[in-house]
Amino acid sequence: MTEPLSFELSRPSVDPPRLPDPEVSGPAPSDVLPREVLRSRPPGLPRLSEPEIMRHYSRMASLNYSISENFYPLGSCTMKYNPVANEAAAALPGFAGLHPYQDEESVQGALELMWRLEQALCAIVGVDRVTLQPAAGAHGEWTALRMIRAYQHSKGEPRTEVLVPDSAHGTNPASAALSGFQVVEVLSGADGRISLADLESKLSPRTSALMLTNPNTLGLFEREILDIAELVHSTGAMLYYDGANLNAFMGICRPGDMGFDAVHMNLHKTFTTPHGGGGPGAGPVGVKAELVPFLPSPTVERKNGHLALDFKRPQSIGRVRSFYGNFGMLVRAYTYILAMGGDGLSQASQDAVLSANYLRKLVEGDLEMPHEGPCMHEFVASAAHLNHEDGVRALDIAKALLDRRFYAPTVYFPLVVPEAIMVEPTETESKATLEAFAQAVKEIVAQARSNPQALHEEPRHLPVGRLDEVAAARRINAYLQGQSEDPVLRWTAPAESAS
Amino acid sequence: MLETIGVRSIEDLLVDIPQSLRLESLSLPDGLSEFETMVQVKALAERNRVFPDRLTFRGGGVYRRFIPAAVAAVTSKPEFYTAYTPYQAEASQGTLQAIFEYQTLIAELTALDVSNASLYDGATAVAEAAMMAHVHNGRDEVVVSGYVHPEYVQVLRAFGEGRGIKVRTKGEPTKKTAAVIFQQPDFLGLLVDARATTTAAHDVGALAIACVDPISLAILAPPGEYGADIAVGEGQQLGLAPSYGGPHVGFIACKKELVRKLPGRLVGTAHDAQGRRGFVLALAAREQHIRREKATSNICTNHSLCALAAAVYLTYMGPYGLKQVAEVSFKRAHVLADRLARLPGWELAFPERQFLNEFPIRAPKSSAVVRKLARKGILGGLDVSRWFRELKGVLTFTCTEVNDARALDELVIALES
Repeated sequence: MTEPLSFELSRPSVDPPRLPDPEVSGPAPSDVLPREVLRSRPPGLPRLSEPEIMRHYSRMASLNYSISENFYPLGSCTMKYNPVANEAAAALPGFAGLHPYQDEESVQGALELMWRLEQALCAIVGVDRVTLQPAAGAHGEWTALRMIRAYQHSKGEPRTEVLVPDSAHGTNPASAALSGFQVVEVLSGADGRISLADLESKLSPRTSALMLTNPNTLGLFEREILDIAELVHSTGAMLYYDGANLNAFMGICRPGDMGFDAVHMNLHKTFTTPHGGGGPGAGPVGVKAELVPFLPSPTVERKNGHLALDFKRPQSIGRVRSFYGNFGMLVRAYTYILAMGGDGLSQASQDAVLSANYLRKLVEGDLEMPHEGPCMHEFVASAAHLNHEDGVRALDIAKALLDRRFYAPTVYFPLVVPEAIMVEPTETESKATLEAFAQAVKEIVAQARSNPQALHEEPRHLPVGRLDEVAAARRINAYLQGQSEDPVLRWTAPAESAS
Repeated sequence: MLETIGVRSIEDLLVDIPQSLRLESLSLPDGLSEFETMVQVKALAERNRVFPDRLTFRGGGVYRRFIPAAVAAVTSKPEFYTAYTPYQAEASQGTLQAIFEYQTLIAELTALDVSNASLYDGATAVAEAAMMAHVHNGRDEVVVSGYVHPEYVQVLRAFGEGRGIKVRTKGEPTKKTAAVIFQQPDFLGLLVDARATTTAAHDVGALAIACVDPISLAILAPPGEYGADIAVGEGQQLGLAPSYGGPHVGFIACKKELVRKLPGRLVGTAHDAQGRRGFVLALAAREQHIRREKATSNICTNHSLCALAAAVYLTYMGPYGLKQVAEVSFKRAHVLADRLARLPGWELAFPERQFLNEFPIRAPKSSAVVRKLARKGILGGLDVSRWFRELKGVLTFTCTEVNDARALDELVIALES
């Protein structure tokens, strides 16, 4: 059931597609350009006809699980349904056909959309301004930290450390390091929430910011958030909100009101722009007034109903990507917000919390729950008890779920829970789906007790069985060290046979 | 559901949120039907002016190209566009194989050893490549040589500041230079001496980073052929709509020696117990979710679906289709340059320099010219003096396979009138 590579399907007899005739008698490149500038042999692209291409990709598509077909309870990733109207909106010629260097007068609708989206996001998270430029969540984190750094430098405070909880997403410490900060880890307490005592001991005049997601990656609301904010602000540091978990409380509460100074949002999580198998997403960043002068350039400004791009921002951290961000994703998110409205977004978050608590209840007899509920929009269970008894690990449970047509929860994250299984059902799923998933978990756990060996061999019903990543890594090493010709990371033509 | 959970209302599930933080409601209008939503969204779309493909002569990093219908037919398959990053390999073979094919296509185009799964755009690809060089040789200055896209340089500066990397746009590389970055063809469309620039970088122990136009590589010597260490670029031309600047896709490929410093996802082959070939995320130890603050980059979500579009486009074109696209564009641009240069007062800004399908030309009253063209429904040249003061009065015009011969006539007639 595997599919050959396009390179393996390629046939030299396939003619190139019919393309426009030049219609003019201009020179060919080889007439004008010196030979050393020209490519000596054509690139090794495959040669396939259109029907072969369509079948190739259709067969590949059938090898994927996706939200459109499967329950996708991937914790921290908010895999909710992506309304198809979003796609129709982004494909409108009035958006898709715009050149980024058209005059402002000719793109007033696009700028208006960006302006309205900014206003809506400000209302949802409780901030003063939003930049739509960052292309993804991690890009937004980095953008926010650069702004915080620029702000503190402008006040003559070159603070050097960023505090990150031990339960944080890996992007948090990575973004902090790339922004030029030392990373200091803050420990979680026994209840899964940040330890105020540990936080206090790590705060110092060197602290630039605390990066926090709330609810945290265990799906728990940081009850002491107001004390945390006060503590952080009392040292002159800032509070940064990782918006990965924003789906938990739209319309219920707002990071800005909790004391967060900068907030990134993942439009590809909370606001239903599709994940695309790993992007494109969009990671707008909202900030409170004192950070506004440092927003990336340009911003969208509105004066007397006329919209303009403002490039004259002397204190700006500059530009974080080309043009104005992932505009097509902004169109999708705006369409979603418009359709949902304030009432719909609040309902979505409430339903997400209800789904998570319901599913948590259904599986709590089978999986360990290291922390007390209620949870918010997701929960983290543990398979450590099974590992101890008969060698079944979180990974085995994940693979067994795949065999039952469910995508797997996030496993081994957050790092603070051994054999972590992180489940985020989202508001999309029906009661029946949640129950079917819980039933699958029950059966798998029963099997873990009766026949653990069988679980190590899952999945059995997918195009491939468990793939040996260790062997793959060894082969890559051999290639990188010059001991093998197989690059592993790309296809190469097999050596010509003697015939 | 509430009963099973053992609570009376949703409120009981929200007890951890301090009362003082609770909102009554969001200050947003109530929701709308799909019909009403689309009426509003379409009204915004209609407030924009879309220039027809054939009458668009503006480039500057985003180009109109013929996009085969096969591209959208594949990228709009929900199995591709509603899947997540392929963490569970066995249930994500479609995405993984598509990325593996994309990596191979980019490696073939650039003639380098390994490509990653994608980056956000050309600008961040340049910045990430500079970071790689900095980590590789420990030097903290990069030199930008010639007319590199000004927005790419701005993003490079913003990235560099975080890492303490200085960006120099003048002078020669020295022993302190981590990398020399050049664009081929450059931002104005002109060909640069890629070989000489690469050699100059290597002479001082710096890496050579080539920012390239992917379609140009059907006819131009690829970075791997002239010895560049890293190739980056913007992949918008490979099947992606202009979409007011994004989402597009950044590509990055490098020599084998630098693979461990490559940012982002990488897909490799692996085998199951029965010996069947499959695809997995590889070398994850470079990445943020494993290495945290020691990761080579913070990138997580990248531009996978755009990379898929590029893969379909390149597979559709094949080596000879891509060459035809590049050649048609070349011929038309040269005819157009010739005709524009014969207009009274117009002259090529760099008549001694070669170009492919975009060229700088000095026009009398350039801003008035562009406005006049717009009135006639033509998106004329890009005024590059907004970034480069020395290029006052210079417009860059671009021509591709979508600008037919009649469109060239219409442009010239509009300018003559």
